[in-house]
Amino acid sequence: MGAATTVPLSAVEARRVLFQLTLIRAFEERVLKLVSDGSIRGTTHPYVGQEAVAVGACLALRPDDWVISTHRGHGHLLAKGGDANRLMAELFGKATGYGGGKGGTQHMADYAVGHLGSNGITGGGIPIGTGAALSAHMRRTGQVVAIFFGDGAVNQGTFHESLNLAALWRLPAVYVCENNLYAMSTSVREACAIEHIAERAAAYGMPGVQVDGMDVLAVAATVRSAVERARAGRGPSLIECKTYRFLGHSKSDQRVYRSREEEATWRERDPITRFRTRLLEHDLASAAELDAVARDAIAAVDAAVEFARTSPFPAPDALTAGLFADDACAS
Amino acid sequence: MRELTYWQALQEALREEMQRDPAVFLMGEDIGAYGGAFGVTRGLLAEFGAERVRCTPISEASIVGAAIGAALTGMRPVVEIMFMDFLTLAMDQLANHAAKVRYMYGPQVRVPLVLRTPAGGGRCYGATHSQSLEAWFLHVPGVKVIAPATPADAKALLRAAIRDDNPVLCVEHKLLYATTGPVPDDGELGGIGRAVVRRPGRDVTLVAYSYYVGVALEAAQQLAGDGIEAEVLDLRSLVPMDSDAILASVRKTGRLVCVEEGTRTGGVGAEIAARVAEDAYEYLDAPIRRVAAADVPIPFSPALEPLALPQSGDIVGAVRRMLK
Repeated sequence: MGAATTVPLSAVEARRVLFQLTLIRAFEERVLKLVSDGSIRGTTHPYVGQEAVAVGACLALRPDDWVISTHRGHGHLLAKGGDANRLMAELFGKATGYGGGKGGTQHMADYAVGHLGSNGITGGGIPIGTGAALSAHMRRTGQVVAIFFGDGAVNQGTFHESLNLAALWRLPAVYVCENNLYAMSTSVREACAIEHIAERAAAYGMPGVQVDGMDVLAVAATVRSAVERARAGRGPSLIECKTYRFLGHSKSDQRVYRSREEEATWRERDPITRFRTRLLEHDLASAAELDAVARDAIAAVDAAVEFARTSPFPAPDALTAGLFADDACAS
Repeated sequence: MRELTYWQALQEALREEMQRDPAVFLMGEDIGAYGGAFGVTRGLLAEFGAERVRCTPISEASIVGAAIGAALTGMRPVVEIMFMDFLTLAMDQLANHAAKVRYMYGPQVRVPLVLRTPAGGGRCYGATHSQSLEAWFLHVPGVKVIAPATPADAKALLRAAIRDDNPVLCVEHKLLYATTGPVPDDGELGGIGRAVVRRPGRDVTLVAYSYYVGVALEAAQQLAGDGIEAEVLDLRSLVPMDSDAILASVRKTGRLVCVEEGTRTGGVGAEIAARVAEDAYEYLDAPIRRVAAADVPIPFSPALEPLALPQSGDIVGAVRRMLK
């Protein structure tokens, strides 16, 4: 594990971190309700329990750094500074959503905040994020790319190919594995012959670090070290965040493959409760202030739902529009 | 006008676009000192350096994925996939990502990506190094497909593909690389999506692309000896497909033979036949014919490979039966 295990925060920054953690939690819990009552069609993959990974990692990034996301991607978008209104509208399939309603829960991006996109193919984003790191390297922009993926993705060929490529070319990439112990229902123990995914980094010639993925500041500190290394031209890192999704894989998951006792053990390590407690212990905020932050997060979700509900659906002519970029580049 | 080989024309396109635009760079297996499996990039490493002529490990999925990521963030990558058969390894990146992100994420993104790949048989390379898989990509909305038949088109269409803001698959038949033809000096850009009549005729339309334009012209020459005037239409690009040019030719000749090297079932010819049946049925004087590869893996044996792949005699035979 890297030397730094936390990052210093001002009171203002601390409240912002808590706001993001709480916003993601509240957003995801609301989305589940909206899926259940039919307001949102299709499925959703809740990020509840893993909030410290996205928020901690993005805390270590510059605004112009990139992230690339997964099927469980709402948290990454919100943590990178995405707009909850447009995200919720996309989930509703509305014209005001990030993709005008054509992407849905697993397929959206916000290039203005450095979010390269989520996608529904396990491991699909790993090479694309690697290519963005190649682009940053070739254009000498100093940008770093944080590439999120789950424990399920590390057995895809793209994981192996991309980490090799990035190490070979010393690309400014940080591979952030969110090991939440289950790829849908398959335990990581039934899918990986080694205990710690971080150990695989040795095979590619890059540092591999494990971190408590339920501790937002530990994630931030670990990712920060990797980002500094990448920005200095010293190449990529693999970070394994040990985390847990408190809810099922998707809306229909009854969680028959794990025990309620195991879930309770992880719930005791709730990243939001832990961060709140830490702020109170360090006198970075009063209980009343923290309650106010939580209320603000709920209010933001309320506003997002209102925005989504009152937004129009895409017009029928959107169906065939936008498949191709219209004009050849004349530069 | 200068005579160039097909591979030289492709290389000129790469060189000129790399000189013009620093965002253009190459990635692929053995494209450096070796010059690519078919020599198209020979010399470019020395000219542009390893930063822009990137030799990669054998990792097709991640080469294509990395090219998508680079394209999404301001670069214009040109990837060489050593044999078209190896596109299978990159299909997820091409079909699920390159083709779809613009539609899903909206106009904030564009994917200016070119995949060049040698295709086709005729060299006894066996079933995994000889395929013509372009028909698959007619079924993936969001990817353009070009298949130039001449050196001039190879240069013009590849240059246009590199300047295109969409993913473009450039299908290069292996038997074309050494062929020669006039290539204009001016920097002409090919019109992706515009077919061209290579030989006018009144009796039958032969629609072809890539290497099979030449095979169709051979057949037309032979048919001319029988007094049959075949029109040869070179599609040049399969996506977008110039339906208007196909329909116009069929309305004139009343007969259609679709020629391709890919396997017959579900092929490019099937799509062309369907379009003509839908929009020019009343002009047809005979049933549409397809001349294509047999529905088998391409066999190695020099005795069998030519039986699997269509020959000019097959086209001649199809036309003669049609006109009987």
